[in-house]
Amino acid sequence: MSQKNKKRVSASQSSQVKGGKTQDVEMDSDEDVSLTQPSSTQLQRSLARLTPAQVDRKMAEVVQFILIKDQKKVPIKRADIVKHVVKEYKNIYNEIMKRVSKTFEQVFGLKLVEIDVKHHCYILINKLEHVEDDNLSLGGSPKTGLLLVILGIIFMRGGVVKESLIWSTLKKLRVEPGERHEDFGDVRKLVVDEFVRQKYLEYVRVPHTDPVEFEFRWGLRAENQVSKKKVLEFFAKVQDQDPKIWASQYKEAEQSGSASELK
Amino acid sequence: MAGPMTDSHRRFLQTMMCNGIVDGAKAKTLHRLCCEIHKVSYAPDKLDEFVNIINTHLQPMFMQIRKGMSEEDGQQYYALVNLADTEITRMASDYSDNELELFRKAMDLIVESENGMACSTDILNLADKLQSKKMKKKEVEGVLQRLVVDKWLCEKNGEYTLSTRCIMEMEQYIRNMYQDLVKLCNICHNIAIQSQMCENPSCGIKMHVPCVARYFRGRTEPHCPACNEFWPHEIPGKLTVLLLRNL
Repeated sequence: MSQKNKKRVSASQSSQVKGGKTQDVEMDSDEDVSLTQPSSTQLQRSLARLTPAQVDRKMAEVVQFILIKDQKKVPIKRADIVKHVVKEYKNIYNEIMKRVSKTFEQVFGLKLVEIDVKHHCYILINKLEHVEDDNLSLGGSPKTGLLLVILGIIFMRGGVVKESLIWSTLKKLRVEPGERHEDFGDVRKLVVDEFVRQKYLEYVRVPHTDPVEFEFRWGLRAENQVSKKKVLEFFAKVQDQDPKIWASQYKEAEQSGSASELK
Repeated sequence: MAGPMTDSHRRFLQTMMCNGIVDGAKAKTLHRLCCEIHKVSYAPDKLDEFVNIINTHLQPMFMQIRKGMSEEDGQQYYALVNLADTEITRMASDYSDNELELFRKAMDLIVESENGMACSTDILNLADKLQSKKMKKKEVEGVLQRLVVDKWLCEKNGEYTLSTRCIMEMEQYIRNMYQDLVKLCNICHNIAIQSQMCENPSCGIKMHVPCVARYFRGRTEPHCPACNEFWPHEIPGKLTVLLLRNL
């Protein structure tokens, strides 16, 4: 089963699997792999040929793989999971992933979220409520603080902010892109590179600008994992105000609900 | 039969995942806090039971929260370890091939030494012998620094040894890799890296420094427990007090 061959198996259909509909199989060497997922009888037969131990083992390897990859906070591609771990078991990929998701929830209190349905990328988010406690030292690094500030600026300004405004605001907090910061190092790299790669921020070119301008939005991970309510509260605390005075943001924060945590 | 996982267990596990290794006191505090936050019944002597429940659920993933002893101070530590037989999986994603090779070679030096320490000069000299991409001396220093920060190695006065976390995580690998080259402590029967060795060439047993302190506590003339030769090494005093407090 060489990764380098291109094979087409059947006509394409929808990408739902649980109902047992089939799909295109196309093996691209590095990029996205769409998977043939069997009908329910085929699935049963596939599973029957493998021992439960083998399937569990594969599931365990996928869990390990995702945990290791998640340390970097970079989204995990389905193609990588198939290429490096699932391999010859790819025809029961969805069955394996179902068990993987269940394991993450029940054992680790984490949720595996597919943030990009087109390119099939996953992130792990925390299902447990964030708790302020120094003793637990749950990774509240200075970077998290900086990120919260930036997310706050973007949120308070309606969801999109020009890059220049971010830097001018951070300058007031004595964080400058040109200088090397004690806690953050190369701040520009952290904000424009690391936070964007980790999908906390989106950094998008503004069209028809010369010289080129960029703007920041919340990234997919922030959307899924950061509570708008917490961001507003944080912002209000910094300004020493009641969060309610920002009426539209308050409404948006209330509506977006909770059940997420900024790791 | 272990009970079901609750959010208190999950929170404990998540913290262990963030920290890799925690000392006994912190583990006890963490246990209490996790139970308080999620309003489950708590008793201070139930920590092992609590951890066992987590371990039962971690078993299919070849992971475990393990109790171990620090070779330096004899303190108890809890570490989340990976038992899968692909040895250096956890490290593999953070370090490149030649960095891992350097680490393995440094580990060779450490394990084969008498006292479990390898000086930085010797490790720097390894850089030229790497089969994968060669490394400059400056690079080696950088890698060693990262290994210390990531809690795989400990550094003391320019000498390097394996950290508690490293020994707990890689116990199986070390035993398989080094077999007879690695000795077990005569007292506690765990792998002995940082240790004292009997000077009698036909004996050569090893003992951890905290184990030495415990064994020779109160004795005026220390003798090797195996061959009875005089034990010439320094018997730590202050540690005895620490150990007495923990026992």
